[in-house]
This record gives sequence, C-alpha cells and structure tokens, in this order.
Amino acid sequence: MEPTAAPASVEPILKARGLWKVFGDDPQRLFESDLKSESKEKIQEKTGLVVGLRNISFDVHKGEIFVLMGLSGSGKSTLIRNLIRLVDPTAGQIHIGGREICAMNEKQLMNFRRRSTAMVFQAFGLLPHYTVLDNTAYGLKIRGMPEAERNKIAMEAIRTVGLEGWEDYYPSSLSGGMQQRVGIARALAADPEIMLLDEPFSGLDPLIRRQMQDELIQLQSELHKTMIFVTHDLQEALKIADRIAIMQDGEIIQIGTPEEIIASPASDYVQEFVRDAYPATVLTAGTIMEDPEPEIHVWQGPQVAHTLIHRSKRDFAFVLDKQKRAVGFLSHRALDDLIRRGGNSLEAAMDVEFETCTPEMTVEELFPLATASPHPIAVVDEKGKFIGCIRNTTIIESMIQDEPEEKEGEGDV
Amino acid sequence: MFEFPEKLYVPMEKWIDAIMDWILVNMSGIFDAIGGVILKILIVIEQTLLWLPWPVILLLIGAAAWRSMGKWWHGVIMAGLIFLVGVFGYWDDSMSTLAVVIASVAVSLLIGFPAGIIMARRDKVQATLQPVLDAMQTMPSFVYLIPAMMLFGLGKVPAVFATVIYAVPPIIRLTDVGIRGVPESVVEAARSFGASDRQLLFDVQLPLAFPSIMVGINQTTMMALAMVVIASMIGARGLGLEVLVAINRIEVGHGFTAGASIVFLAIVIDRISSAFARKQQKHLS
Ligand SMILES: Nc1ncnc2c1ncn2[C@@H]1O[C@H](COP(=O)(O)OP(=O)(O)O)[C@@H](O)[C@H]1O
Ligand SMILES: [Mg+2]
Repeated sequence: MEPTAAPASVEPILKARGLWKVFGDDPQRLFESDLKSESKEKIQEKTGLVVGLRNISFDVHKGEIFVLMGLSGSGKSTLIRNLIRLVDPTAGQIHIGGREICAMNEKQLMNFRRRSTAMVFQAFGLLPHYTVLDNTAYGLKIRGMPEAERNKIAMEAIRTVGLEGWEDYYPSSLSGGMQQRVGIARALAADPEIMLLDEPFSGLDPLIRRQMQDELIQLQSELHKTMIFVTHDLQEALKIADRIAIMQDGEIIQIGTPEEIIASPASDYVQEFVRDAYPATVLTAGTIMEDPEPEIHVWQGPQVAHTLIHRSKRDFAFVLDKQKRAVGFLSHRALDDLIRRGGNSLEAAMDVEFETCTPEMTVEELFPLATASPHPIAVVDEKGKFIGCIRNTTIIESMIQDEPEEKEGEGDV
Repeated sequence: MFEFPEKLYVPMEKWIDAIMDWILVNMSGIFDAIGGVILKILIVIEQTLLWLPWPVILLLIGAAAWRSMGKWWHGVIMAGLIFLVGVFGYWDDSMSTLAVVIASVAVSLLIGFPAGIIMARRDKVQATLQPVLDAMQTMPSFVYLIPAMMLFGLGKVPAVFATVIYAVPPIIRLTDVGIRGVPESVVEAARSFGASDRQLLFDVQLPLAFPSIMVGINQTTMMALAMVVIASMIGARGLGLEVLVAINRIEVGHGFTAGASIVFLAIVIDRISSAFARKQQKHLS
C-alpha cells in the first residue's frame, strides 16, 4: 500500500488525509453516531446519507502522474473535485504546496484556484462563445492578466497541443479530440502546480483516445507536470500512470505503480480489473527474470561449469567475463559434448549469438527478441552487467493471468 | 339547494382596499418619486420620436430589419408597414404608443433583469417568485389598471406602471431560465479556474443566457404593446385611444385602420427583435 515510486525524503506536493464526503442533510451527524464504519448501503438505509468518500488518504509527488481508477460511481469525480473544493469535503485535510485547502475562505480559495491548479473535464467545459485562443487564455484572463500578455502565453499552449492555425475558430467547429486539446491547452496556459484531469479522454473515440494518451505521455516527458488523472479504464491507467490509486465505493483500496498493481492485485476487485488488462505493456523484464545464478566465468574449466549448472537445476547458463558481462550462452548439451571431446575451454562450447535486454523493457518489447533467438534472453544493467535471464516460456507464462480456481478452463485468454 | 353559507363570507376585498388606502396615505412619497422617474423617461423618448423626421424613423426601421433579418427587402417591407400607419393618419398616435411601449420595456428590463439574475442564483427566491409570476400572467390585464390609476391618477405614467406589471414576467422568467440553462460543465470549468461570482456572471452566464434573454425581451415587448392599447383607457392615448373612440362611436373604418396600425407596429417590433435574438445563437449551439 505504501507509495514506492517517489523518494521518501521529498515532501509530497499534495497530501490528503482522512477525507470524507457525505451527501445529504447535516452530514456531520454520521460522525457523531457509531455508524461511521458501517457499509455504504447500511448508512444510507439508516440515515439517508450517501457516503461519497470514506477516509481517503494519499500523497502525490511533484512531477508524477497519479491516476485515480475505479468503476463508475466509485467516487473518483467527487474526490478530484474535493481537492479544490468544487465539492466541499465533509471531514479531513488537504495540503497542497503546504497550504491547507479546507481552511481557506472564499477569496483565498479563488486565488488558490487561479494560481495553483487547473482542471480538464470529460465534457470539456469550453466557453462556446469564446474562440480557441480566448478559451485557452481564459484562466489567465480571470487572474487579470493583460490581453497581449495572456494571448502570447495562450498561443504557446496552443502550439504545444498542436492546434496552431485553429486559434480563431469557435469550439463548436472542432472535433471532440480537438476540443479536449483546447481543454488541455487552457490548463497548460495557466501553468498550475497540479493539473487535475477528470476522465479527459473517456468521451472520445477509441482511436482518438489512444492518440491523445500517447500525446499526453509525450507532453509529460517534456513538461514534467504534476497530474492527477481520473479514469475508469485500466488500460489507460496502466499506460500513463506513475502510480495508480484504485477506488471502490468511495475508498482507496490499493495504491501502487502499474507494475505492482498488475503483479499483486490487492483484492478480488482489483484482480477483476487486472484480468481484463493486457499485461505485456506493463510487465517488465526486471519483474519476470530469473536469478543470474549459476555464475560461470570464461576462465573456468568444463567440469566446474558442469557441476555448477547441474546444481542449479537448470540446463543452461550464461558465461561471464571479468566485468560480469555475458559473453556467451552455454547449454548443458553443448557442455557435455565439450567434455566428451576432451576440450578444456568453455569458449569452444558456448554460443555467442544471443539476445540481451534491460530490466525496464516491457514484455511486449521482448517478443521480437524471443523470436530472434532460440536461447533465453540475458538481462543486463546499464553497465552491461549480467543480472538475470528470461526463458521464452516465462514470457508466454507471464501473459497468462493467475485465474481464480473456479475460472480455470474457460480459456478465454 | 346548497347555497354557499353567507356566514363564511370574508370581506377580502375590503381588506385589500384598506391596504391600498394605507399605501396611498403613507407611501405616496415613494410613488410620486417612481412616477417622476417614469415621466422623465417617457418625455425623453416621446420627444425624441416626435422630433425625428418621419423619413429618418422609416430609414432606421428599414436598416434594423435589413441587418437583423438579412435581406434588403425585409427592410423595405418593415419600413413600408410603418409608412402605411402614417398613411392611415396615425403617425403621431403611433409614435406616442411606441414611446409608452419603449418606456415600459425599459423599466421592465431595469426591474426584470436583476430580478431574473437573483432568481437564477437562489433556489428559494425562484420557488417564491415562480408562483407570483404565474399569477401575474394569468391575471386579466384590466385588473392592473385599477391600482395604477389609484396610485398615479390618469395619464401616461399609470399606463406605463400597469404595462410594466403586466409585461415584466417574461423577462424575469427567461433571464432565470437562460442562466440556469448554462451547462453545468461550463460553469464548473469557470469555477475551477477561480472565477468570482461576477466573472462567472459576465463572462459565462449572461453571454450564454443571451438568446433566452432576447426571447424574453421580445415577449415583454409584445406584451407591453398589447397592454398599452388597453391602458389607453386610463390615459395612454395613442393608437389604443383611436380604437376606443371608434368602438364608442361605432365607426367600423376608423376601428379597422387604427387596429391594423397596431398590428403593423406589432409585426415590425416582433420580427426585428426576434431576428436579433436568433442571430445571437450562432456560436452557442
Ligand atoms: N450531489 C450528490 N448527492 C448525492 N450523491 C452524490 C452526489 N454526487 C455524487 N454522489 C454519489 O457519490 C458517488 C460517487 O460519484 P462520482 O464521484 O461521480 O463517481 P465517479 O466519478 O467515480 O463515477 C455515487 O454513488 C453518486 O451517486
Ligand atoms: Mg466521474
């Protein structure tokens, strides 16, 4: 459950602690009663109150894309709106950049929204009577920035999202994808500390959606914004997230990197989500690789190598040089041949044709390597040091999810 | 068989009369002030209309129709209708009627616009005002003549007063409807960027409510015109008085030309103002 991606020494840019949102008349009465820990249904039945968010705590670090993922109705929109008090939380604290949001008065809140955050909406929320340029400059206009200055910044943002030449058009003459680009440009122009995106691509065609996701990733690699991104689509979450928080019935039930979520779903609910996902784009070589042992070096004799391989219960090994770089692939059979022939140099038995990869590469990227050579793939770090290996069968096995027992045999993989 | 029991009679009308009497005695200062303002507005408008040479007015009407409706011959037709009113011999009467209509619409907007905005912002105000507006619109228009006459006597000021009461509901209602009809997503987006209530109103709500507000202005204007004809009974003069005279003397021709003049005026005002309203909707769909 603990966030792993960001260094612990850096103070998070956003801290939410014990957030509750309860809809209904006089929601405080829930906290005075002993129903607080009851289920959502029971609370609604007994009090008429609807629990939108229950005891939410999480951190967001500077420069990361933090994804809130969950089924429709799980409270994602309520949570992201709580963060800038478009919906007021019933209990809890939100710190953004060291300021306590819940303690702000109307005016402070207004100034905070003008300077520190910018939001992108599923329904775009563009002003239909403003041109693309004026829409993009809207956040700056609200701040009172003079027209020439704000138009200059807005033009920059329009270029960034690839809408150059469209600045004098009205939103109604743009496609959905282009309208959302304007929404993103408007947020970028405001240059906020945190960008909030509530299902920005959910209303778009699948093809456009994927394209927009790619562009967002591209953009992020250049701009390093802090983003909180809401989606109900696990594919999308896995694709763009640095970390994912999974929501169910107003609670966060798991926080982790995409890989952690895929590799060890925290509950059946998450498991169910993950089952539909295509792990090849998420699982990395580092996660599925086997130990580098046995370590066999070029200068060792065939008998030593034989013993080491035999003891490892493997039928192959990679042969390493002084810097622990893999220089050849040695199969059990080739080694036996060598011994039978009375050879004494491993170099005579090993195959120097094999593929290597880095631990960050995804399984998808391993496919071509796996087909290029019959041997296992050697995993090497950035210095070329051998740190593990991956058999082709492991790659295939990683694609098959751990189905719950009763589901076995459905075979819809 | 079942007579309504007389015992249950409540002297409601006496109470209302008492309230009116009390208002007359104690609040005459306020109504004198209101009457003074209305009169000033009225005089400026009427004198401007009568001072402008008739060809200029026809040109203005033609130009407005051309611009709003799009074709030059629209302008010719609209100006032609007003020209006919002059031909019938009612130029001054029609200008006088127009002046009362314009004054009434101006006062209606002055009241109705802010009222509509407040109504859109506060659900409680809307819940209270809604039935009042409904009642105002169902009430027979003659009824408004009585308090108007009591408060302001006879003349054009009570005519404007009665007309405003009759014609103000649509502009209030449609301002409210227009503002409430602004998509929640746009309002929320503006709020998320830190818009104040004022910025939200002027940058987002009013522009997007504008087509609806224009429809309200159009309806208010048409109702004002209808009411001004009736208000001639308490001294609004103008075209309505001509109709009244014709009825009293049973002069069919007189009644027809005066009535037709009112219709022409109505057509011109309606067409031009609704065309302007439509023009505003271009980007907003
Ligand atoms: N204004 C409201 N009044 C009552 N319940 C609400 C209100 N807004 C949201 N909810 C409830 O809160 C829950 C979460 O809604 P939402 O945040 O929109 O979910 P999501 O964005 O994940 O689809 C839902 O069960 C919804 O019914
Ligand atoms: Mg939502």
